[in-house]
Formats: sequence, C-alpha cells, structure tokens
Amino acid sequence: MAENILLKPTHPVGIVGYGAYVPRYRLPATEVSRIWTDGKGGIPIKEKAVPGLDEDVVTMSIEAARNALGRAGIDPTEIRAVWVGSESHPYAVKPTSTLVAEAIGAVPNVQAADWEFACKAGTEAMVAAIGFVGSQMARYALAVGMDTAQGKPGDALEYTAGAGGAAYLLGPAEESLAVIDHTYSFVTDTPDFWRRAYQKYPEHGQRFTGDPAYFKHIYEAGSTLLEATDTTPEDYKYAVFHQPNTKFPQRVGAMLGFSKEQIETGLLVPVIGNTYAGSAIIGLTAVLDVAEPGDRIMMVSFGSGAGSDAFAITVTDATLERRNQAPRTQDYIARRTEIDYATYARMRGKLVMK
Amino acid sequence: MEITPHWRLKKQRYNLVGETCPHCGVKLFPPRDICPECGQEAKNLYNFSGKGEVYSYTTVYDPPAGYEEYTPYTVALVKLEEGPLVTAQLTDVGQTPVEIGTPVEMVTRKLRQDGDERGLLIYGYKFRPVLERQLAQ
Ligand SMILES: [Zn+2]
Repeated sequence: MAENILLKPTHPVGIVGYGAYVPRYRLPATEVSRIWTDGKGGIPIKEKAVPGLDEDVVTMSIEAARNALGRAGIDPTEIRAVWVGSESHPYAVKPTSTLVAEAIGAVPNVQAADWEFACKAGTEAMVAAIGFVGSQMARYALAVGMDTAQGKPGDALEYTAGAGGAAYLLGPAEESLAVIDHTYSFVTDTPDFWRRAYQKYPEHGQRFTGDPAYFKHIYEAGSTLLEATDTTPEDYKYAVFHQPNTKFPQRVGAMLGFSKEQIETGLLVPVIGNTYAGSAIIGLTAVLDVAEPGDRIMMVSFGSGAGSDAFAITVTDATLERRNQAPRTQDYIARRTEIDYATYARMRGKLVMK
Repeated sequence: MEITPHWRLKKQRYNLVGETCPHCGVKLFPPRDICPECGQEAKNLYNFSGKGEVYSYTTVYDPPAGYEEYTPYTVALVKLEEGPLVTAQLTDVGQTPVEIGTPVEMVTRKLRQDGDERGLLIYGYKFRPVLERQLAQ
C-alpha cells in the first residue's frame, strides 16, 4: 500500500456539535407503486421524507445547523467556514451557504461555499473542514450535507429520493464529543448517475450503479481505512454507509465484515428514504445520539461520479452532556404526517400551474 | 424587484432579532428604536428565543398575491415568551388542530418568491408546534 494515503491533519480534530433535520411529510412507497405499477412488484423502502411547500436546502440546513450549535454551545461568530454540500441548492447562482451563515449568526468573518459531488458533497465538506480546523486556520468550521432529492415520476428512484440531512461543527479534538481519528478518500471517474445542466431529473446507468460504483468505492474506501489504521470490524461498535435503498448498505456492510447489529442504528433509509448528500451523515447523527464514550464508529459515504470518504471516529465523554442539547434524529423521524401521491405531486412542484 | 427592503430586514426575518430598552428593560419586536413603554431610545439588539404560544389565528383561503401556492395556510398572532406579539404564518401543523395557547417555536422558512421564478427567494420566520422530544431534556 502507498504511504501517506490517510488524510490526517497536523492538529487533531473532532465533532464539537452535530444536528439532524428530517421534514415531517412521508410518502409510503406503496403510493408510488399504486400509481405506476398497479401496486405490483417489490418496494425498496417503507417510506420517504418529503419537504413541505416552504422548505428547501437553505431552510433545512439552517435548522440542522442550529441543532449543531445547540449541542456545541459555542459563539457562532467564532465559526470561520460554513460549507453546504447538496445537489439541490435552491439557486443555480447564489450560495446556500451565505444564507445559512447569516441565519445562524456566523457572518461576516467567515468563509462560505456550496459543495457538489452527488451524494458525498456533505462528507467532502466535512473532510475540508477537518483540514481547515486541523491546520489551525480556523477554530470551528461548519459542514452540512442536505438534499431535497427528486426522482423522475415512475422511475425506480421515485420510491427512494427523500429529503433531510445533517450539520457538523468541527473543532479541536479536545473540545469534541467525538474525535475523528482518520479519514480516507477513494475517487475514480465512473459514470453511474448524472444530471446535465437545466435538466430537472437525473439519469442513472441502471445496473451500472451497483458493482462498479457503489460497492467498489465503498468497499475500497472502507477496507483501505481498516488496513491503514490496523483495525478490524470488531473494533467498531457501529458502522454507517451511504444508503440509497435498504439492501445496498446491508450488503456492503457484510462485504466489509460488519454485522447487522453494527449497521442497524444508522440505517435510516427504510423510514426517510435516500437523503443523498445527507444520507450517510444523518445515519451518523442517529448513531451519535445513542453512542457511549469510547465507542468507535466507521462511516463511509458514496457519491456518484464516483467516490467515497471513509471516517474512523471515537466518541468522548462530552457526548453525555451534549447529545440531549438539541432534538435527536429519532425525534424528527417520529414526527410524521403521511401524504398521498397527489399531495406529494403538489408539494414537489409536479403540477403545471401556468 | 424590491431587493433593498428584503436585504435590510434579513436579521429580524431570519433570526427574530429585535431590541431591548436599556431604560425599562422591555423587549421590542419588530425593532422600532423608540420604547413604546417609556418613550426613550431603545436600540440595543436582542435575539428572541423563538418560543411562544398561539394568541389568535385564522386560516387563509383567499391569499394576497405571491402566496397562492401555499393556500390554505394559517396565520397567527404569536405571543413570544419575552412579551411581544408577532404576526406570522404557522407551518408543519400536521393533524393536530391549532388552538389558542398551542406552544410554538420559530423556524426559518421560505415565505415566497419575489415576482416569478426568476425572482429572489424570500426567507423568514414562521412558527410551528413545538417539536416533540422523546427523551426528557
Ligand atoms: Zn423603555
């Protein structure tokens, strides 16, 4: 193995605060199959979260960021970067991040930018934030992964394209509720999923999305991190993977040697859908809500195009006093209003009004 | 397009930033720089907690221009825990009927777009029923 492939900052970095957000509306997968397949055929999840008419990546990122700040208990004017990863930024030109920074009181002495890399835009922003804090350019940096994903009506992705995500406030390890021990990124040019400019819905390479894309990248990132850090799956209490459906993360977890018990706490896709840039990292918030000091967690994201970021994380004592300072991920999941396909079509702008 | 007024109001709109009177301690929202209680200058910024309760409400079926896509929606007078009454939309009401006294909390949401789909998106405060927490805080 090549040397120095792990991404490790000069000064240790950790998660000082984290926050989840899931909108309240749920579209059962049976509603999609009722409309498009006469209710026949299997469904990949139970239901997905749908944003309200007045919600988008800006408003959802603001709430997740406020939850992260609630746990961190720091002064937002000490944040030097607000970075939001998404593939559904509300504007084509005008940053989501400046709005979020303004709303949480982090302006004006701050870096702000929007990140894109399909479903790994959120972990990409986290890795960059580790560099920003770990070089001591900044004491704190906020990284958000949030999406309001759209699937083409009738397409396989319409069952799972959900909404939600999480915010992470990165800071010095000694102030953290969880320390980020190592990260490793694995990237190649792989055409599994894309959306051209001005197109409303994405295209995907059908069966190409599985083995050469999702499984290859997560497996390589995860197994390399294990090998390079001289750890085995047994060293981790929990593992979280990008979750486009229920089966993929279960299968890739098994390929890497993780048990069902290790992945089930962070496996949220059956009840909120695939939240794209938010997918792996909201699985991590659900784990952090219940993990105990000393527990180790492995997280591996996946973004089409394609790449994976793998993280090895150790929970500290500080989690005990901080994790209840903001709503838990399961609080948002429990807040649930079921909608039918007609209401969904209206909420997602699929009705032609003029 | 009316960009300037939106830009000027962003702090109070995104984050319920009002004022407090240094002379008698009263909290003001929206900010008006002169204390209505004691008549003296009140320019100290104050960030409201966003917690309050529904004081009165009505549901809008015939909306003003710009709000058509959100119809029907509920507008409430919310009594903030610091005292002031604020007019705002309620959101994420769900199945539970709104009542006078319902505890609510501030969230930042999309209010409307300026003009058509080429215009600026306008964000600001709304209130929702307080998110239920499964664990005691
Ligand atoms: Zn006064």
